[in-house]
Amino acid sequence: MSDRVETDPVAASHDKPYAAVGDAHAHEPHLAHHFATPRQQYESAKLGMWIFLATEVLMFGGLFVAYAVYRANHPEIFIYAHRYLDKTLGGINTLILICSSLTMAWAVRAAQLNQHRTLIACLVLTLVGALGFLGIKYVEYKHKWEEGLRPGMYYDPVHRDVAAVDRFETRETAAVTGTGPPVPITAPPEDPEATRIKPAPAGPPGLALSALTPGAASIAPEHRDEPDNVRVFFSVYFLMTGLHGIHVIVGMGLITWILLRAMKREFSNRYFAPVDLVGLYWHLVDLIWIFLFPLLYLIH
Amino acid sequence: MGSTMTTHPSHDELGHVMPKRVLISVWAALVILTVITVAVTEVDLGRFNIWLALIIAIVKGSLVGLYFMHLRYDSPLYALILMIALAFVVMFIVGTITDTAAFQESLETPRGWRISS
Repeated sequence: MSDRVETDPVAASHDKPYAAVGDAHAHEPHLAHHFATPRQQYESAKLGMWIFLATEVLMFGGLFVAYAVYRANHPEIFIYAHRYLDKTLGGINTLILICSSLTMAWAVRAAQLNQHRTLIACLVLTLVGALGFLGIKYVEYKHKWEEGLRPGMYYDPVHRDVAAVDRFETRETAAVTGTGPPVPITAPPEDPEATRIKPAPAGPPGLALSALTPGAASIAPEHRDEPDNVRVFFSVYFLMTGLHGIHVIVGMGLITWILLRAMKREFSNRYFAPVDLVGLYWHLVDLIWIFLFPLLYLIH
Repeated sequence: MGSTMTTHPSHDELGHVMPKRVLISVWAALVILTVITVAVTEVDLGRFNIWLALIIAIVKGSLVGLYFMHLRYDSPLYALILMIALAFVVMFIVGTITDTAAFQESLETPRGWRISS
């Protein structure tokens, strides 16, 4: 086929069919006997990992569907309850995961280039990022638990007035649109169908835009009204972030495993698939959070 | 050479090695997009806020997938697998939302709240 002279038996064997490889790769310690070449082994492993990631996408997809349906049917719950979430902490968590994805991708690069110390440093930094993420999640969860903002039937808010819970939201002023309190109905009319008169001074009928009105912030806290079933928002919140958090913990375990192996100098430019595959898993964890963050924390 | 891959690394390389500047550029873009996502929530676009946030999230996700996860440099088979999974999620959402949209009239108006039509 090719008339070039190939002196490297390992390289030459890459273009040959399985039967002709012979002992060219016999020196490769990590090559399993049922694979012809290290590249075939590597690509097979990667294929398996991608199929697993596809199942993860489908699993979280189911939760996203639940979110989408419930939010479409009851937007008032999401608009009301999302303000219990601190978007600064959520934003910091997003940045932490993005940085940890960088260090993870860098670790893969370091493994491919035989840069052992860089590899170890990057894996350690990724772990630090993961710990930071979990730390912030712990702070958020603890605050919610103490305030009684618990999922489903355990929902029992300590303060019915969101302003009292706004310990986290001191940076957001009432003048900022969209993050202020929802416009309450001071006194719901006896028969909502009969009257077309808007209640004063709350005024505007819409929900998403209502917080824009200049008078909205001056509504007294005791007039705020909580929609039914806010508990469902917290079910969705804890389920989605909780499952994601479990994935972070599992990821930390995997990264620790790879770190220990890296410290034993097990990886090289001829064998780095485990680092690559754990990296793929970690990037997926980051990817899922990239979508969770705006959907849960940045509701307008 | 007989290679069918879009990018064929040299014989000694098992896979493509990410250049440092690509990694850092992608990271910087992700950070900037995150800041934009948060900043945009201060601006009111009504119904479109969520779509804008989702579009930015899709851009960020694409960056992570293409570069950090190597999809741009690997065999297209991996990207195909991911696309198929995403296609099923999209079908799942579209189908379910379509179904629930047909039942909107029978939903009760939440107590005390007015929803604009």
